[in-house]
Amino acid sequence: MHDIRKLNVMENIMDENDHIAEHVKEHMTAHGILVVNEMGAPGVGKTTTLKNIIERLQIAKPFVIEGDIESDLDTKDLNALGISAYQINTFGACHLDAPMIEHQVNEIEFDLENKERGLLFIENIGNLVCPAEFTIGEHVLMLISTVTEGSDKPYKYPLAFEKADIILLNKVDLIPYLDFDEEFFMKGVRALNKTAPVFKVSGKTGEGFAEVAAWLEGRAAALDINEHVHEHHGCGHEHVHGPHHEHGKEHEHCHDHHHSSR
Amino acid sequence: MHEYPITEQIIKICTKHCREADAKRVLGVKLVVGDSSGFIGESIQMYFDIISEGTPCEGARLEIVRVKPQLRCPSCGEMFVRAPMSFACPKCGTDGEPTEIGKEFYIEQIEVE
Repeated sequence: MHDIRKLNVMENIMDENDHIAEHVKEHMTAHGILVVNEMGAPGVGKTTTLKNIIERLQIAKPFVIEGDIESDLDTKDLNALGISAYQINTFGACHLDAPMIEHQVNEIEFDLENKERGLLFIENIGNLVCPAEFTIGEHVLMLISTVTEGSDKPYKYPLAFEKADIILLNKVDLIPYLDFDEEFFMKGVRALNKTAPVFKVSGKTGEGFAEVAAWLEGRAAALDINEHVHEHHGCGHEHVHGPHHEHGKEHEHCHDHHHSSR
Repeated sequence: MHEYPITEQIIKICTKHCREADAKRVLGVKLVVGDSSGFIGESIQMYFDIISEGTPCEGARLEIVRVKPQLRCPSCGEMFVRAPMSFACPKCGTDGEPTEIGKEFYIEQIEVE
């Protein structure tokens, strides 16, 4: 019994998280709800972005899960506007993971009322590093970047830009006062990610958010509820990650160049 | 700081394989960590020593194989490690595309007795 042996393991450490994330995604798909994982550094306007998108939704009922290290200020703020928002506090942890989301979505009663589709926005912890490493069951990873952070962010945080399905460049109303190099920014984005649309928005003026809302609702409308139920029973999980994650399945890439609202 | 739950997961996987092989304890763990996986080898080692206490992994040597992220040039096919603040291919100057090399995060092998 005391012989020393080498065992080949070849097991991904993130497998358990990814497996739970896949279940969350299937569960939400079956409810007709598109899950949007919103990530960005502290202060990029994540909650303001959600308010701006939600007030422009036409066909989908919004739900929000707010991730914060502590406090429930954002949740109270959203609830005051009549938006169904739920709080997760991580108490120090720098990101949300799939088990946290699974636990939370099981607590929520998703009533779409008279709407055909839902959008569940999950506002991740303000951080451009860790949230990019953990899938949490999202259909869409929405990255918020800003002109105030500087144009070098794709070069410094490549994983976040590589994994994003949609990128919002926020605070564009401040461009006249800054030295933001848009060409350098877009060159970095496109080196990492050929397909994610980049929308120029302003939380201050509301510019650009109607287009973002329409893009998200397009993805929600394209959810194939029945297909996923079928896939679930067949247990044919596909664990796809990275830049090709779902791209081009449901939408045409008419957004290849970045947008301005006019 | 998220290496803590990740290290718990590593110990869980190693313990499972150790038991399945009818072995008593884990002597060594070989971990492959890509630099853009976002996980820091040194932090994993620190947590490993703490969390493994009282488990079959206690006292195990942790060997971490690091992998540098590589980009692939869409024009000339060159695989390369990028320079800071640039994605340009060193051979032809075209911006390289991300690959899976450098995102590894798995347990390759364990040594048990």
